[in-house]
Amino acid sequence: MRAFAYERPTSLGDAITLLAEGGSDARLLAGGTDLIIRLRDGSIAPRTVVDLKRISELDGEIAEHDGGLAIGARTVMTAIAADPRIRRDYEALAEGAAVVGSVQIRNRATLAGNICNASPAADTAPALLVYGARVVVAGPSGSRTIPIDAFFVRSGATTLANGELVTSIELPRPSGRQGSVAVRRTRRRGHDLASVTLACAVGEDGVTRIAYGSLGPRPVLVWDETGVLADPSAPEAAKTQLLQTLFTGASPSPRSMRASPDYRLAMLRVLGLRAVGTAIERLAAGAAG
Amino acid sequence: MTASGEPSHVTASHRIDVTVNGRARSIDVAPHHTLLEVLRDDLGLTGTKECCLVGECGACTVLVDDVSVDSCLMFALEADGSSVTTVEGLATGGRLHRLQQAFLDTGAVQCGFCIPGQLIAAQALLADTPNPSRAEVEDGLAGNLCRCAGYEQIIEAVLAAASVTDRPGEPATTEMPARTPATGDRASTPDASVAPQ
Repeated sequence: MRAFAYERPTSLGDAITLLAEGGSDARLLAGGTDLIIRLRDGSIAPRTVVDLKRISELDGEIAEHDGGLAIGARTVMTAIAADPRIRRDYEALAEGAAVVGSVQIRNRATLAGNICNASPAADTAPALLVYGARVVVAGPSGSRTIPIDAFFVRSGATTLANGELVTSIELPRPSGRQGSVAVRRTRRRGHDLASVTLACAVGEDGVTRIAYGSLGPRPVLVWDETGVLADPSAPEAAKTQLLQTLFTGASPSPRSMRASPDYRLAMLRVLGLRAVGTAIERLAAGAAG
Repeated sequence: MTASGEPSHVTASHRIDVTVNGRARSIDVAPHHTLLEVLRDDLGLTGTKECCLVGECGACTVLVDDVSVDSCLMFALEADGSSVTTVEGLATGGRLHRLQQAFLDTGAVQCGFCIPGQLIAAQALLADTPNPSRAEVEDGLAGNLCRCAGYEQIIEAVLAAASVTDRPGEPATTEMPARTPATGDRASTPDASVAPQ
């Protein structure tokens, strides 16, 4: 690994200055589970690494905010998967966070880092998309909020501007009751990257939101407002046909080692249908309880 | 300039204070040296193994403030102010830790390379879940690969260690309860592996 200068700012302002001055030669260190791999394999070679973990304004807390939740930039996957509020109201995010890497990875990896790494296969991204999460960022010209769907560009690329960093991720209060779930397909049980990763939320208003990843350069959000997917009595053939239409934007890479495009597309339809079924069941169970 | 062609200020080392296996240490570390490298090369604690270096195998697992981490994916500087436990810190008072004893008694150690990481991951699991189910052991150790494929015995060992009650002043015991052989009832691989447990 090439040597670099290590900076450990204690204020957000200092971090932004270091990041803005360093430009592409400065990289942020949160959990490090992606960064250190890329430093070691030489795919990045920054002159400065800015460790965010001593910045007083950034925390690892999950706070109630504006009727929803705000997840601090240093919050690790283990904390998200275990949080009772997330498990209750944003179940797909808890499930997505619970399958990132291994126990050891989840103890270090942050949600903010996961979205900034912007892997198309990130297991938290589909859940954040179906819940309409907002990314709160700070930079040289102040703070702004980016809808998660406008955040991802392609693997490793986001709409963060030079000098900007993520300070928190907000989950808005659901507009009504909903049932949600995250599912994925991997080559092996346990610790693996997803060949298909998907989240689904069915609302009591009949709107179904589905987001899927690992089928193109970035995770994709689609939705159905016809009520067909959310209807427990709608025929499976109708749902399958509708899903087929919704998934036309999927473009899995033919170069991936994990699964062929045909397999991924087939599994996308299977997992999509299953996730809709589970989300409907959870919505009904929530209504009964 | 250094051998790598970097200005010397870039490679300047930083002093960190860490407690390693109960002993306070003050060490000068280079920013780009991982906790794994410092444990092995600077402190001579070679029980922690270097293997995949991408966070897949778990051979480098250590506890940092009682939380299990892959030490190959953490800079030593990030451990500044922390307490680190390696496999060398498990046995106390000349007696094996109950997990180590259980691994021996169960025949869970084949080539041995993955075992330090397995032991530390198991220690973290039992600290959170003192009486884990078999499925919880499988999930808890999913980040630790064994290329001898000795998983059955490793899982058996962790379950056996969990059933041993620590007696005061006796962190280990050689008396292991008899266990029912594995019944082969391992859950089939689910397609949607994040369904509720």
